[in-house]
Amino acid sequence: MTELAETPSAPMPSLTTRLEIVPIVLFAAFAAAPLLAVFSGAEGYVLSLLTRVMIFGIAAMALDLILGYGALVSFGHAAFLGIGGYAVGILASHGSEDLLVQIPVALAASAAFALVTGAISLRTKGVYFIMITLAFGQMLYFLATSLATYGGDDGMTLSSRSLVAGTDILKNDFALYWACLLCLFGAYVFSRSIVASRFGRVLRGTRENAIRMEAIGYQPLRFQLAAYVLSGMMAGLAGCLLANQAEFVSPSFMTWQRSGELIFMVVLGGLGSLHGAIIGAAAFLLLEEFLPEILHGLSFFLAEGTRAHLAENWKMVFGPLLILIVLFVRGGIMGLLRRPHHG
Amino acid sequence: MTATLLFVQALNGIQFGLILFLIAAGLTLVFGVMDFINLAHGVQYMVGAYLVAAFSAWTGSFGWGLLLALPSALAFGLLVEVLVFRHLYDRDHLDQVLATFGVILFLNQGVKFVWGAAPLSVPVPELLSGSVEIASGLLYPVYRLAIIAAGLVVAALLYVLVNHTRVGMLVRAGASNASMVSALGVNIQRLFMVVFGFGAMLAGFAGAMVAPILSVEPGMGDNILILAFVVIVIGGIGSIRGAFLAALLIGLVDTVGRSFAPNLLRLFLDPAAASQTGRAIAPMLIYIFMAAVLFFRPSGLFPVKR
Repeated sequence: MTELAETPSAPMPSLTTRLEIVPIVLFAAFAAAPLLAVFSGAEGYVLSLLTRVMIFGIAAMALDLILGYGALVSFGHAAFLGIGGYAVGILASHGSEDLLVQIPVALAASAAFALVTGAISLRTKGVYFIMITLAFGQMLYFLATSLATYGGDDGMTLSSRSLVAGTDILKNDFALYWACLLCLFGAYVFSRSIVASRFGRVLRGTRENAIRMEAIGYQPLRFQLAAYVLSGMMAGLAGCLLANQAEFVSPSFMTWQRSGELIFMVVLGGLGSLHGAIIGAAAFLLLEEFLPEILHGLSFFLAEGTRAHLAENWKMVFGPLLILIVLFVRGGIMGLLRRPHHG
Repeated sequence: MTATLLFVQALNGIQFGLILFLIAAGLTLVFGVMDFINLAHGVQYMVGAYLVAAFSAWTGSFGWGLLLALPSALAFGLLVEVLVFRHLYDRDHLDQVLATFGVILFLNQGVKFVWGAAPLSVPVPELLSGSVEIASGLLYPVYRLAIIAAGLVVAALLYVLVNHTRVGMLVRAGASNASMVSALGVNIQRLFMVVFGFGAMLAGFAGAMVAPILSVEPGMGDNILILAFVVIVIGGIGSIRGAFLAALLIGLVDTVGRSFAPNLLRLFLDPAAASQTGRAIAPMLIYIFMAAVLFFRPSGLFPVKR
């Protein structure tokens, strides 16, 4: 059957407790990383890379909530990153630089966009859903490119990071790191509680068989729409953080390729486990960051010119790697972690 | 003034629509017959443009370049089918999306690797260069008229091929019910290959035709792919007729909308605000249009009967 149906809807209790190790280790690693960053000597670089990892972790987890638990392949989720980013950028350019204003506005805007586009998209099924979410994402992308007041194609550079309750604490890279970790943890706990709730069970039930859910008296569409809105809001939050991390907002936040990357992160980590999406985001971004160097290192037997050429064209390795992962690694990284327990 | 401008824009819209149709036709058949969502269809268009650029530089003539580019695009499509796509037909849509996304990454970088990152330009063939006066005082480039003519010819050929030949009959049957066609003893694998290669060639042809008027660059297929998706969703997946009409609609709405949305808004708003909002709304028009179509007809305007 399809991979979506294969993900266990109710894992065995013993398995669940054993798997809890993974998120604990994951968050412990994120908490310990700043210490390592101090010792690594390249503090700024390590912190900014890991901050990006956590931000995309939030976005990928948001997508996993509807993709892994609802089998809704949204191909326009980068749009919410853009909404969050532009909420920060546009508000800042009008003088509202406080994150305590920006985040609620970003969440409200994401929710409104998700509600409208979700209500239309969810009328369709399967591949139509993929394509219509893709098209809505493109729509917002083109809207952003034509906002001449706010930088148009080129995007806008933020004059500084957002304030928090009037203080410029986020100027400090460590503070931003901890803020992102807090958001990631909050989003994770929130998503876990959603998934474990009755709401989450209805969502999973709909994934398996919408008609049966309807027959026992639920209205699957409402649950799917609510999940879509929540997911969009979480991705919008990630967008706010991303704008602060990059100190820059541009339409490139929401290209459809970015949406594709988000899907890949979720699938790479393993569908339907939430922390899998975070691991997938980390694996994706680290691979993207280090693949040129890895290629350069691995091709030690070639001439220096060829090695540089290979490192420069790392995407020619990345693409096939992606295809191979899809073809041969079922269940993603979480699937690999899970497999020994089954044996 | 406005009437002639409208006329020119309408011609541009039809030309753009026909290019979209060439891409969407393959995409809709591949999806309709094989239930396969192919994001890499846009790069076939790009590969077509690069092939014609390379071959016409080599032979020194656009005609020969085109003649060599078409079979090469076909061969290339078949190669990718055998290497990658064939292994994805029985996977779910999510896997197909991701794997074809990988093909895009590879090929966008691949053309940079082979031809460099700088855009290539293809000269307009001498025979078709210059402009003609299509109405008093209204000049229109001959090459764009040639694209319209070529698009219409291909559409007509496709109509005959799909509706009046045996292969076309199998393709239509496959779009309605592939497993039944297979059960009746048709080699469905070979049918898939034919459809796929043909679709790749059509997209390559579209890329080759626009090469002289656009710059040939990596990633040129990425955005047009999304437009082709919009076309097949509006037209109804698997329907050539739907793709044709939807492509023309999208081409016209997009092209005419971009030049007239500011003017129309000027009726309600002051000029500065009108041109600002007009420019913001125009590129969104086709997506709003698609949303409206799907809201009322979730399976498109001309759904294939199943």
